[in-house]
Amino acid sequence: MTRGLLRPLHLLPPGIKLLGLLAFGIATMVIPGWIPAIVALSIAAALALLSGLGLPRTLRIVLGFALVGAPLFVFQLWRDGVFTAIEIVADLLALILAASAVTASTTASEVLETLSRAARPLRHFGVSPERVALACSLAIRSIPLARTVAQETLQAARARGLERSPRAFAAPYAVRMIAHAQDTGAALHARGLGDD
Amino acid sequence: MIEFIEASVTASGIDGERTIIHPLTLRLREPRIALIGGNGSGKSTIARLCNGLVLPAQGRVLVSPPDSDLTLEPARDGAAVRRQVGFVFTNPAAQLVMPTALEDVALSLRRKTRDRGERDAAARAVLDRFGIADLAERSVHALSGGQQQLLALASVLAADPAILIADEPTTLLDLRNSRMISEVLCSLPQQLIVATHDLDLAARCDRVLVIDGGRVIRDSSSPGAGGQREVIEWYREQA
Repeated sequence: MTRGLLRPLHLLPPGIKLLGLLAFGIATMVIPGWIPAIVALSIAAALALLSGLGLPRTLRIVLGFALVGAPLFVFQLWRDGVFTAIEIVADLLALILAASAVTASTTASEVLETLSRAARPLRHFGVSPERVALACSLAIRSIPLARTVAQETLQAARARGLERSPRAFAAPYAVRMIAHAQDTGAALHARGLGDD
Repeated sequence: MIEFIEASVTASGIDGERTIIHPLTLRLREPRIALIGGNGSGKSTIARLCNGLVLPAQGRVLVSPPDSDLTLEPARDGAAVRRQVGFVFTNPAAQLVMPTALEDVALSLRRKTRDRGERDAAARAVLDRFGIADLAERSVHALSGGQQQLLALASVLAADPAILIADEPTTLLDLRNSRMISEVLCSLPQQLIVATHDLDLAARCDRVLVIDGGRVIRDSSSPGAGGQREVIEWYREQA
């Protein structure tokens, strides 16, 4: 109950959140003017704080965006003036914060469940919704793994004094990821996934 | 029981056909069977022949689950064989396909339990049976090697296969975890066929086969072999 009170976004069905994000994104892009952009940004910031991201992680997202946002702001300032610059940068940051809020308040399995439900009408065209969901979960599962393999490959290259050679990283990295994909394929096959 | 009848495996490469497994005739019916041998000896390939991950180029492989008069052939009844024969790989990271532990077990239960709530409850019960109920919501990537292998085993056994094949299930683990996995493997009601470098695990099996160059070169159950311990001792001396 306390969790629900503190983090209301967690209680919303994931489908509603994803649709809400879509609507929010369209509205932000379609409505012109710098004042609506500031309003959108305030809403997104509030959502991010409500989503359980917390102030430190929210600030880190803002700082990360600043790498792109600051040069963009200067460029727009020079080209179209201060109001356009504010509108564009505030819109973009609002979208990023809103998307982060949805991500932080939804588990991967909720997103997958929603995707597989959304893919259900595609059954009529020979697409299996469960396979769509399985493919997405494999992709999600592969992200931390790809990072670990990248780190290991980089360390192996460094251990041999080859840290400046892109080939000493790229070639073994590609080979290892493909080998991993084959192992995963064999495991899926052995577990009988895709048999039905 | 798994039966090989003159089953051979070949691979074609740039230098032509290469024989990986020479025609092999074998009946595997003991409750626990160990395949030992060096790297590249063919023991993994023999393990993979058992559930159709590798199909014989010539000859046949027959799978007869205990308590049934069914005889399945991997080349013909692929899906049915995979339902009866579970397979545990060396690297659990490649085998765990879902983001969290609970979801990975639940994936194996999909065919049996259609209802999401019931399925999650059943998956939790499986995790509990293996003593890892507290890992249910954890990301599979964040688990230790031993926990990952235990989870991989739980996920495979959740589908309730009659026979379990394990390909070097303890090779990547430390001593404590490899003992723990061996302990679990040896306590299962399923027939177990395990390819391994772990001679302690092999010693706990009812039959030991030594594989070399794609052939079975020693079999503890053949007359005059002297039993598992002698075969393992012989293998130790050869290495």
